[in-house]
Amino acid sequence: MRKLRTIRLAAVAAAAMLAVTACGNAGSSDDEASKNTYEVVKDPSFESGSRMAALNEAGKIKIGVKFDQPGVGFKTATSDTPTGFDPEMGKIIAGQLGLEPSDIKWVETVSDNREPFLQKGTVDLVIASYSITDERRQVVGQAGPYYVTGQSLLVAKDDDSIKGPDDLKGKKVCSVTGSTSIATVEEKYGAKPAGFDTYSECVDQLKNGSVDAVTTDGAILLGYAAQAPDELKVVGEPFSEERYGIGYSKKFPELCQFLSDSIEKSFTDGDWKKAFDATLGKSGSDAPETPKLDGCSN
Amino acid sequence: MDALTDNASAILDGFWLTIQLLVVNGIGALVLGTLVASLRLSPVPVMRAVAGLYITVFRNTPLLVLIVITYFGLPEVGIQLGFFTRISIAMSVYTSTFIAEALRSGVNAVPLGQAEAARSIGMPFTMTLTQVVLPQAVRATVPPMASVLIALTKNTSLAAGFGLAEATFRLKGLVNDYATERWVIFFGIALGYIVIVEVISFGAARLERRWRVA
Repeated sequence: MRKLRTIRLAAVAAAAMLAVTACGNAGSSDDEASKNTYEVVKDPSFESGSRMAALNEAGKIKIGVKFDQPGVGFKTATSDTPTGFDPEMGKIIAGQLGLEPSDIKWVETVSDNREPFLQKGTVDLVIASYSITDERRQVVGQAGPYYVTGQSLLVAKDDDSIKGPDDLKGKKVCSVTGSTSIATVEEKYGAKPAGFDTYSECVDQLKNGSVDAVTTDGAILLGYAAQAPDELKVVGEPFSEERYGIGYSKKFPELCQFLSDSIEKSFTDGDWKKAFDATLGKSGSDAPETPKLDGCSN
Repeated sequence: MDALTDNASAILDGFWLTIQLLVVNGIGALVLGTLVASLRLSPVPVMRAVAGLYITVFRNTPLLVLIVITYFGLPEVGIQLGFFTRISIAMSVYTSTFIAEALRSGVNAVPLGQAEAARSIGMPFTMTLTQVVLPQAVRATVPPMASVLIALTKNTSLAAGFGLAEATFRLKGLVNDYATERWVIFFGIALGYIVIVEVISFGAARLERRWRVA
């Protein structure tokens, strides 16, 4: 059993490193695809020559999502389509373009390749826990935010020494190499950063006591805590604000207004809440207030 | 350039850790590798077999797999070590096989006639070894040793995904934070690795020149 586990982990890590993709099959298997359906607009009208018209005409769209974040964007080795809040948002947007969920080609994006994928046209949209930042907005467009979350901490159940980010000084804190979360705990709170390729590897290291805490967006941590409630807990209030946006290529600035309108529409007609309840809401948290959109003037 | 200058201390810390990994594992691999090579060259068949098995197993296993075993296997059998120690075990063992083979090739490169000639003029065994065989053997191993150490330098970048904040870890963090300056970041970090590798190459070239037969 022990051997098998090691081999499985080895295979996962090898795949993750070598293919520069984080396609771990770790995480819960009860992440079933939601049964939600969203409105698909019949014959929507778009200004001719616009990107929306072109996508509607083509009858297909390529959307980049994460494959390794339970509840947000997650795909098991055996399923055809990813599940999570981000893919649900993708279906909502596609519906507004007059496209069925089956017209969507899901592409895995990892944190490092989201901008290049948009610039090269590998994907049309990126909906991959993609925090809006000024730096990113210089190279790609980001509409939204459609969801606001915050960085939290996952610790061992019996650990009382960490109650919030201020207790992190000198502690070993694990997150995915290259993430904003790991930079924040190091720079602001003096933690010793420990980077791994996937969150599930971090959770393993937390369980065997090699690190003191795991940090990333609260939604993801709640998913892991729910899987091992006897061993792990999420502590403290969120201590950052991550505003998830939908990325698009700067070549098609007209997408911004369309995406913002579609997000706004999903807020008001209840599709957004439906998407949340079927994914992140399963960890027991209620749908938060809908965030205020940035607008498209920038 | 802001991406590099603003984060200079983090990047330098990263390279400092890279160098620590290089030095610790370089020494570890040299010690282990010399031991294995001497077993492999020994006249006792059992020792030769043991060394052969060691090299077969660890040289033919991907380094990443060895690292994963020390990270996820050792804790399961109750061995708790720091990340630096764990990855160093894997890297030293892996690199030592290449060192051992480089040493063996060096010893084998000394023609048998040299030892026979030494003996025929009355040199005792230890003198033959220290004055005739080893100096020539070591000289022949300098270029392959340098290659092994250069490969080790680059292999240390695997630590970025295993809890150590070395240079490649810094690279990945910066690439995400500075979307507009990616090429500067890649170039800067690559330059750091090139400098380390060049130091090794330079040292090897100096040694070769110094030990050259006039």
